[in-house]
Amino acid sequence: MTTLIKYIKSFTLFELMKGLKLTITYFFKPKVTLNYPNQKGPISPRFRGEHALRRYPNGEERCIACKLCEAVCPAQAITIEAEPKPDGSRRTSRYDIDMTKCIYCGLCEEACPVDAIVEGPNFEYATETREELLYDKEKLLRNGDIWEKQISENLKRDSKYR
Amino acid sequence: MPSLSLEITIGILKIFSFVVPVLVSVALLVYLERKVLGAVQLRKGPNVVGPFGILQSFADVLKLLTKENLLPSSSNKFLFIFAPMLTLILSLIAWAVIPISSTYVIANINIGILYLFAVSSFGVYGVIIAGWASNSKYPFLGALRSAAQMISYEVSIGFVIITVLICVGSLNLIDIVESQKNMWFAIPLLPMFVVFIISALAETNRLPFDLPEDEATLVAGFFTEYSSISFGLFFLAEYANMILMSSLTVILFLGGWYPPIDIFPLNAIPGIFWFVIKVFLILFVFLWVRATFPRYRYDQLMRLGWKIFLPLTLIWVVITSAFLFYFGLLPN
Repeated sequence: MTTLIKYIKSFTLFELMKGLKLTITYFFKPKVTLNYPNQKGPISPRFRGEHALRRYPNGEERCIACKLCEAVCPAQAITIEAEPKPDGSRRTSRYDIDMTKCIYCGLCEEACPVDAIVEGPNFEYATETREELLYDKEKLLRNGDIWEKQISENLKRDSKYR
Repeated sequence: MPSLSLEITIGILKIFSFVVPVLVSVALLVYLERKVLGAVQLRKGPNVVGPFGILQSFADVLKLLTKENLLPSSSNKFLFIFAPMLTLILSLIAWAVIPISSTYVIANINIGILYLFAVSSFGVYGVIIAGWASNSKYPFLGALRSAAQMISYEVSIGFVIITVLICVGSLNLIDIVESQKNMWFAIPLLPMFVVFIISALAETNRLPFDLPEDEATLVAGFFTEYSSISFGLFFLAEYANMILMSSLTVILFLGGWYPPIDIFPLNAIPGIFWFVIKVFLILFVFLWVRATFPRYRYDQLMRLGWKIFLPLTLIWVVITSAFLFYFGLLPN
């Protein structure tokens, strides 16, 4: 009897029809594709993307050249040189991040006592040359100016979990 | 002789009126395939080039045309270049006898089905020549597989066609369609219809029977060494063959240019429309099957061809002819 059923099933292509039924239901289901450059997926406020150096609202740099980020960086991607400013405050004269070394662990962000270095929400900074990925202080500060609004918002949203 | 040159001009125009739509449908079919596969896998498929991405295939053709045509140094140069041309020519000349409507056909010959069968058997030569001329392992294996596979499945296709011919009593494709005016052969000959579609998949090297170009074991099978437009010609030929096999299915089993039911609003629509709709329906089944089933193993493929399809079709030929003979329905 079971062999008979087996023969009937194989000659009526029963299992194959079942498979075809499954694929046709998927054919009409809504699609999950995001049209990437036009449509982007949601990212968390904790997202660790491209680095940025922030400023205070009055335009003063936040970074005090404590070099904690440089010390904590596991990939040793950060290089800092510091000297006192004419007004006596301690500021960096050089702040480089080698983005090709960086592993995006976010430890620099966590080590920073003044929320100066942060990893922003930007992840679209692919370049055509390797040299463009060796970020200097100017570039990082510019990033901070561009992304400040979203960075501060993200920090606020994430602050209750820190 | 102005009349002769006029005749030649008309002939060439007639040929173009077939070849150009076929090539455009190939482009459409490639696009459709990517869309259907995408949809089944919850993707959107190409949607950037042109409205809904419909011009994607043309962009692909342009890309292929701009690439360098590589000739492997150990290949047989003449045959290597000749093989894709042969394949494409064979897949296009078969269209000479395909009737799109009761009057619209290039060559209305009385042995149309034999001609089609001969041309599709020739198709394997292109594959074998390509595999041999490449002088490389994978193409050669692919060519051998293709030869064995196409021959195996042509046997059962032959019997399926014989069954239809017994019911019609003519080798003319127009006669075959016209004898289905009242009932499509897909209904009384349903098992043969299914066998024919499955064999057509194997004949055109489509999944789940695409062993000649099985990328998991043979890189790309018989066209591994081909690049640029010579690859494009193989690609074009494969899809033109798919369209050819599905129009053959429509002619043999789905009543060609006849509407599904012979009532007013349906039979007012021109037959070409019905023909194209049915061809694309069968092509959709091809793509649907591709999206669903995994590839057959080679011994399974051969077992299906020789141990299941061959006896089944053979028995069905006997049953059909016995039935027609007993009830006196044999065509004269």
